[in-house]
Amino acid sequence: MFLRLLYESFRRQKRRKLLAGIAIMLGVGVATAMIAVATDIGDKISRELRSYGANLIVTPQEDTLDIEIGGVNLKPPSDGAYLSEADLPKIKGIFWRNNIVGFAPMLPVSVSLGEMKRLTLLGTYFSKQLAFGKQDFTTGVRVTHPWWRVQGSWPDDNSEDILLGGHLAARLNRKAGQEIEIGGQPRRICGILSTGGAEDDQIIAPLPFAQQILGRPGAVRRIYVSAVTKPEDAFARRDPKSMSPEMYDRWYCSPYAQSIAFQLQEALPHSHAEQIRQVAQNEGTVLSRIKGLMLLIALAALLASALAVSASMATAVFERRSEVGLMKALGAGNLAVAVLFFAESALLALGAGSAGFVGGALLARQIGQSIFDSQITIQPVLLPVVLIIAVIVTFGGSAAAIRRAVKFDPVYALRGDV
Amino acid sequence: MTSPSTDHVVRRRAGTPHTSMFLRMLVRAAVLRRGRAASALLAMVVAAAVATAMLNLYVDVQAKLRREFRKYGANIVVVAKDQQDLSADTLSTVRSTLGHGGSAVPFAYAVARTAGGHSVVVAGTDFEQVRKLDSWWSVTGWPKASHDALVGDRAFSVVGPLGKSIDLSFQGRTIRLNPAGTLQTGAAEDSRVYISLTDFAEWTHVPYSTVEISASGSPQEISATIQRLAQALPDADVRPVRQVMEGEARVLGKMRATLLVASILIILTAAVCVLSTLTGWVSDRRRDFAIMKALGASGKMIQGFFAAEAAALGAVGAMIGFALGVGVAIWIGRANFEVPVTPRFAVLPVVLVGGIAIALVAAILPISLLRRVQPANILRGE
Repeated sequence: MFLRLLYESFRRQKRRKLLAGIAIMLGVGVATAMIAVATDIGDKISRELRSYGANLIVTPQEDTLDIEIGGVNLKPPSDGAYLSEADLPKIKGIFWRNNIVGFAPMLPVSVSLGEMKRLTLLGTYFSKQLAFGKQDFTTGVRVTHPWWRVQGSWPDDNSEDILLGGHLAARLNRKAGQEIEIGGQPRRICGILSTGGAEDDQIIAPLPFAQQILGRPGAVRRIYVSAVTKPEDAFARRDPKSMSPEMYDRWYCSPYAQSIAFQLQEALPHSHAEQIRQVAQNEGTVLSRIKGLMLLIALAALLASALAVSASMATAVFERRSEVGLMKALGAGNLAVAVLFFAESALLALGAGSAGFVGGALLARQIGQSIFDSQITIQPVLLPVVLIIAVIVTFGGSAAAIRRAVKFDPVYALRGDV
Repeated sequence: MTSPSTDHVVRRRAGTPHTSMFLRMLVRAAVLRRGRAASALLAMVVAAAVATAMLNLYVDVQAKLRREFRKYGANIVVVAKDQQDLSADTLSTVRSTLGHGGSAVPFAYAVARTAGGHSVVVAGTDFEQVRKLDSWWSVTGWPKASHDALVGDRAFSVVGPLGKSIDLSFQGRTIRLNPAGTLQTGAAEDSRVYISLTDFAEWTHVPYSTVEISASGSPQEISATIQRLAQALPDADVRPVRQVMEGEARVLGKMRATLLVASILIILTAAVCVLSTLTGWVSDRRRDFAIMKALGASGKMIQGFFAAEAAALGAVGAMIGFALGVGVAIWIGRANFEVPVTPRFAVLPVVLVGGIAIALVAAILPISLLRRVQPANILRGE
């Protein structure tokens, strides 16, 4: 009898059930989408913040002091220690290799162009194909320094073409496509580089060319590494040497800038890795602000959808007072009526909630694709959580209305008095 | 004989019987059905509050985030053109051009020799300003007195231990410095020794060669600032720091889009909530509708009545909701950004009009459905 009542209620009141269902679907959908976006936004913004460029720098351990003013190196060229280019692919072998967005080696050397002495020629990777184990990847300044703009084209890493800094090009009166003599050989200027930094007064060339001028094949002066990191906290700043083994494991397995720097140092022999504080520190603050904001917004979404669901449920129940009156007149107890209504609400919440979850997941995907150009992953654990919330909210919304409906004298209800 | 005042009242009542009755019906309807009216009002208030908070945040969060992005340091750099010096009044020109919308920090550089014969870059600057501009500098102790120095983490190895004074020479002139603390940034600053600009100028006679500027505002405002600076300083090179500006533009653009989508979704949900509550409220009053009609009220009159009721509810709800929403926005600003979000009163008309419009739609929809029904049927309870 109970099941039949339940079934008939859904069959006969399609329109009303549909309306309540739509409200639940909408509420659950919006809540799901916002929760998914809020939980994933840290990762997404973190990747966007990589447009600030490298946040870690690796230098030789026994390095001498840099004597550099405004991007011009005043140190004798023979001075200083180097890292080995052959070790570079190992960066993709560290524990947090998937968080390494890219890296670019740098080798500044001094060259003269006619009467212009002490110009810096910077050897680097532009977009180099490398392999570590079975893994193929492309890396270079185009990843680590995304604000570099080239008028003309980027040189090929295996060519001997160069880029000329914008200010230098203006001083030399050269344009892209022309040739320039460096170290006794004519080189083609592929493009004019504009960075807004010291590179505007430099020559940028593929790494082997700089190594050849220096006379040290395989040498690299420093490596810029761009990694997705977790905002720094008190635990991140602790010295790994003073930690207990479990704490050390936890620290090592968290993507802090510090622990990634530590792992880079392990991977590259005789190296010293450090965070570039301007990028790394501020990334943490911006990220935590945005995460906090999205969390609060997700809460607002949850509140708005809870309200929408409970309001529509209250309306739906309230409209059925005369039905309650009839049931009670036929001898149903308060409990039986309440159970029937709650069962209806639960069914509605589960059904419409699941549909809403699917809709919300699609919505989140759409948001991810149109705003961040990448997928927003929906944790499957979200489904039961959202459904439980939906059921609770639906119950909450209908409870007050059901109580009032049940308490109502059936005679008045049937007569249509309020 | 009637007194002038009662006469006045009688005439007024005679002239406007409808208005008085109309108002009475409005008020009595709200008072007699407190429960239903209150729940409809509550829905309206919460929806308006959520909408206000979201709109306020949407407008204000960008300014708040921009403030966070300013912590990335200078976004404009002024340097001397090829091998020339910056004129002595550059800094004051920059500061007067900027006004209150930013800060400017001068830097002077020279290569000095340590007592041990090593070369080291010494920089002169304004410590108080640097502290504000480059908040990421990790410093163990800021210099306070004259001849105090801030020694870079790497430069430390050549200039000697903390606590002992260091001697540096430049073109035969020697200066004795007290290291006040060490500096770590992970960039070129680590290899330098920083001293105050006054000490630097007395010692080296080299003027400052770079002014780093942190200008606040939108990308358009910053490019306008760059143009103004370039006009004011014809013999200097004014460059935007692209690394900082482009990163900011990218992240802010994405955040703006995300917030917009979130605001639309949440406001939509809130609107649906109001719509369903109000629709329920109005259709619940079929009998009032039927009695009015049975007593001879025209369809227009009844619609007007319900519309006025709904509009009043919408307006009151929107006002209360606006106040609440501003409170929520202020709280969110304080909790997340440590500065309250400034209330935007431009949001009020939007919320008010939106609230009334939704309330009207919610009231008119069920009424137009009911219009076709005979009042007798409703009164009979069908």
